[in-house]
Amino acid sequence: MIGAAQNLRVEQSGFDVERVRADFPALHQMVHGKPLVYLDSAATSQKPRAVIEAAVKFYSSDNANVHRGVHALSERATEAYEAARVKIQRFIRALKSREIVFVKGTTEAINLVAHSFVRPRLQAGDEILISAMEHHSNIVPWQLLCEEKGAKLRVAPINEQGELLLPELEALLGPRTRLLALAHVSNALGTINPVRRIVEMAHRHSVPVLLDGAQAVPHLPVDVQALDCDFYAFSGHKAFGPTGIGVLYAKEKWLEEMPPYQGGGDMILSVTFEKTIFNALPYKFEAGTPNVEGAIGLGVAIDYLNGLAVEERLEFERELLAHGTRVLNQIPGLRLIGTAADKAGVLSFVLADIHPHDIGTILDGEGIAVRTGHHCAQPLMRRFGVDATVRASLAFYNTPQELDRLGVALQKVKEIFK
Amino acid sequence: MNSDLRDLYQEVVLDHCRKPRNFGKLEGANRSAEGFNPLCGDRISVYVKLQQGAIEDIRFEGSGCAISKASASLMTGALKGKRMEEAEKLFHEFHLLVTEGPNEKIDPADLGKLVALSGVWEFPARVKCASLAWHTMKSALSDGGGTVTTEDPATV
Repeated sequence: MIGAAQNLRVEQSGFDVERVRADFPALHQMVHGKPLVYLDSAATSQKPRAVIEAAVKFYSSDNANVHRGVHALSERATEAYEAARVKIQRFIRALKSREIVFVKGTTEAINLVAHSFVRPRLQAGDEILISAMEHHSNIVPWQLLCEEKGAKLRVAPINEQGELLLPELEALLGPRTRLLALAHVSNALGTINPVRRIVEMAHRHSVPVLLDGAQAVPHLPVDVQALDCDFYAFSGHKAFGPTGIGVLYAKEKWLEEMPPYQGGGDMILSVTFEKTIFNALPYKFEAGTPNVEGAIGLGVAIDYLNGLAVEERLEFERELLAHGTRVLNQIPGLRLIGTAADKAGVLSFVLADIHPHDIGTILDGEGIAVRTGHHCAQPLMRRFGVDATVRASLAFYNTPQELDRLGVALQKVKEIFK
Repeated sequence: MNSDLRDLYQEVVLDHCRKPRNFGKLEGANRSAEGFNPLCGDRISVYVKLQQGAIEDIRFEGSGCAISKASASLMTGALKGKRMEEAEKLFHEFHLLVTEGPNEKIDPADLGKLVALSGVWEFPARVKCASLAWHTMKSALSDGGGTVTTEDPATV
């Protein structure tokens, strides 16, 4: 059994996965009579108890609207909400907390940039550059905008391993390119893009860069100043926080120039029927009552991540991915989609001619949760000549034994469809 | 394999998935429609040769999971030679079978081999796989074509 031998190595990484698992209540349940193996963290991560309790605490004792009341509850809610913003600022190493805008999620963050940053500067004949491995949320907003303005969406190609072709990408950065929008980590392939080099490259051509960090933040330390990206978007729920909360980081100079995204309460200083004066950053972009509990919960998720030794966690995740890759590569007829040298947390595959939906249903019967389908990346699926894949996605609360169970269950799938 | 899964992947289903019957384009078809499940990318085309209100021949082609392929294959077998009203009735009974499971509203004699799909209702996420071919067939007969998708609220 390869499993047993490799487990030793994983345990030697010094990361106590059993202790970590104890913090995630949802992991400890039976599904169809078998212990749950949750391999769908790229769709959404499970939440540590602290995050769940933070929501209960907020609604039990501090619930109030923010930035409005002078009463004690409103002050507590506002303080917790703004403290979360500062936690996020430090977590992604932003220079200022006013560069952190709370949004619903990555999708809204990208739409905000499309609406308030790119639209005013986009003219007919201009170009927006993305890559072949983008999630629909980093394709469709740009497509809509290009259609509206008569601009052109350009797509940087990838190789068979699912890695960006950097010379080809650079060749597409031209005088008409108004933005490069790129995944930091691919949701369907797991490829980690060399974003620091790419940002530098784009800036040499005076092209601002938006990074979709939805799949990166749960796995990698992010330093937006070191990356020098202009925009960085991510979601709370993929990073062990609540759903319905996300973050747009943007350089202050851009936020200052950008018009508001939505109009409403909280984003104004004064309103008359003749004119409205907008509020300061970041409130200019946070119209309406925000997801207060979500922001606080995301702050708690970040506290939780900060409490784990980062080097040990990263090493454990690398070992886990390597172990999963070995397990899957031993299954005849299995083809991994996405074999980049630099990868995080995703094992996407097809198995002989068995449809991923059938595999997903049978795995579910074994208590194993995976995602099947196109992963909101249909152009990418076409690039690899498949309609769909099975995606097992990992987090630091998964174990090598769980991946062994995936291997055994896939043998069963083959038995059924032999 | 647990018993629900055994009910879903019955031998008949696996057999029709491996060797789909009536697969391929139908020469001389006068009705056709395309069905699409955007959630999983499954695509199916149904071709019908309709003569004086009866389905003289019916074939399908496309790609999809075992459930959608077997369902399409079994459907073509069940509908060949049926009159349009009979096809309509069978559509209704099949729909009940995959959404509610076997019950007194369905005449087992009508279902025939389609009974192999009686395990589907236990898997709500798979109902659309089983019903895609049928909705496509219905569109071919009633509207004379067009594309149906499983995400239309009318097509459950």
